[in-house]
Amino acid sequence: MIVSTAVVVGVLYAVGTYLLLQRQLTRIVIGLALMGHGANLLLLLAGGRPGRPPLVGEAAEGPGVGPIADPLPQALALTAIVITFGVAAFLLALAYRSWVIGSDDQVEDDVEDRRIARLNRGDQGSAT
Amino acid sequence: MRVLLTLPIVLPLLAAGVSLALFRFPGLQRMLGSVVLVAVVGTSVAVLVQVEGGGVAVTQLGGWPAPIGITLVADLFSAIMLVVGAVMVLVVLVYAIGQPGNDDISPWFHPAYLVLTAGVCASFLTGDLFNLFVAFEVMLSASYVLITLGGTRAQVRSGMTYVVISIVASTFFVTAVALVYAATGTVNMADLAGRLADLPEGVRTALGLLLLVVFGVKAAIFPLFFWLPDSYPTAPSPVTAIFAGLLTKVGVYAIIRTQTLLFPTDGSSTLLLVLAGATMVVGVLGAIAQDDMKRILSFHIVSQIGYMIMGLGLFSIAGLAGAILYTVHHIVVKTSLFLVSGLVEHLAGTSLLRRLGGLARRAPLVGALFLLPALSLAGVPPFSGFVAKLALIQAGMAIHAWAIVGVSLLVSALTLFSMTKIWGGAFWGRPEGGDVDPDDASARLRAPQLMLGATSGLVVISLIIAVAAGPLFELTERAAGELLSPVAYTEAVLGR
Repeated sequence: MIVSTAVVVGVLYAVGTYLLLQRQLTRIVIGLALMGHGANLLLLLAGGRPGRPPLVGEAAEGPGVGPIADPLPQALALTAIVITFGVAAFLLALAYRSWVIGSDDQVEDDVEDRRIARLNRGDQGSAT
Repeated sequence: MRVLLTLPIVLPLLAAGVSLALFRFPGLQRMLGSVVLVAVVGTSVAVLVQVEGGGVAVTQLGGWPAPIGITLVADLFSAIMLVVGAVMVLVVLVYAIGQPGNDDISPWFHPAYLVLTAGVCASFLTGDLFNLFVAFEVMLSASYVLITLGGTRAQVRSGMTYVVISIVASTFFVTAVALVYAATGTVNMADLAGRLADLPEGVRTALGLLLLVVFGVKAAIFPLFFWLPDSYPTAPSPVTAIFAGLLTKVGVYAIIRTQTLLFPTDGSSTLLLVLAGATMVVGVLGAIAQDDMKRILSFHIVSQIGYMIMGLGLFSIAGLAGAILYTVHHIVVKTSLFLVSGLVEHLAGTSLLRRLGGLARRAPLVGALFLLPALSLAGVPPFSGFVAKLALIQAGMAIHAWAIVGVSLLVSALTLFSMTKIWGGAFWGRPEGGDVDPDDASARLRAPQLMLGATSGLVVISLIIAVAAGPLFELTERAAGELLSPVAYTEAVLGR
């Protein structure tokens, strides 16, 4: 169980990283979301073996009751999910804005950086 | 007094909600923002006074004892950062209000700005690794809004880079928290300090490096700095100023906190010193190549971060004290330089050096306001930068770290060179086209009073740092002592 979850986490990170390196903003957004899912799953995984019951209250002390799941990573994962969700929504809005302005969703280069590089190639002295 | 530590976080958050509801009334929004930020400065000073007199202050939220509950901690280091941060936020707000044409500043500026304040304060005060992540996210979410506030093409383009890089770093942060929790079973930093020491060396190093990468992206240290000079200059001037002054320094704070509390080393750290040297050199070389005032200053942020990391890398009381002093000086000076470049942009309509010229004659006060912090940034005596650099270099010589001392001196000279480049380009000579005679009285430019006032206030603060360097250095030395022997910190948090 725990190995398969670990593999899923690895695959999510790998796919997320691949998509993140693309030039289309939509792919980047999806890549970030996948990486976020990977991280949240990893948080859950940190809580111990899956399959254990959640909090069972005071009866947990009695005989025949096994170990309970650690609730803290679940709370952490929930917080992280909400944050990922909010930020992904903002990113989508930004991608939409970029599409409205430039009518395509490619990531552009740093304009000023290009200009400085051109200046230096063309004339060493004119940059000063 | 248990409420005191929560106030710098809760006050701006509540005010942000109210401010959002008041989006139709910009006047009320401004008044609310100023009043609340004055209150934040007041509570921050109260925290500093309390911590200075009574040792580490702790508040357990909800009454749950650490390590179960969420802990807010203020030691001297966080209290100093809190006060400096709160003052900067207030001054920049005054500047933003004084900017003419601010009626068309979006109604979302004030709410986002207050949320940013809450996030910054929470980052300084939290004693819990996951809560640090949440504080970072609060701060970053607000910064995403602020950096793209205008919605222009340039802002969306560079804002995109900033947002994506920040989210990647945040994802790594969650990963690091998950791995730390899996290895130790706690996220309380005081508790972690004890438990991480018991881990195998390899696991400990891996966790330490992962956190260093996460905070390294936020702090813009080499080789993770490339997003900063691209994204900062396009934002509105007040926003750039507060980002430049505060946000990267929150990353530096997190690096210093985690490396001293969670992953302490015995002697100086070669890795951190190499990173510090590379950050200084690459940052300053990048600055020399630039032509835009704001971009030059942005590259200098990177270069200056190197000095703070150098102080940490030396890992001695003198080194850390120098790093804290340098951080305080840098926040004040950098913010004022960006405020001045905002003034220049407002007066001349551009911040490109080849278009500017003759401002020293046309707006002498703005020239003076640039000159003082610029000399201070380069480390010319008797300004605050000289004091801070002297402290760092003495700390470096004390443990014979000659290489980093040499690099830092060289970078200071290069910093001075690029400051003279701005001076020569913007304040001397004639503007492009040459149709304006700088000596002519009619060519005089007038800056709005409130903007000038806010900028002058900051410059005066930086002069006060230079004058009060002695007592201030004693204070940072005490803070550094607390950082290097965190017994007081862990005892105060864990109550044993």
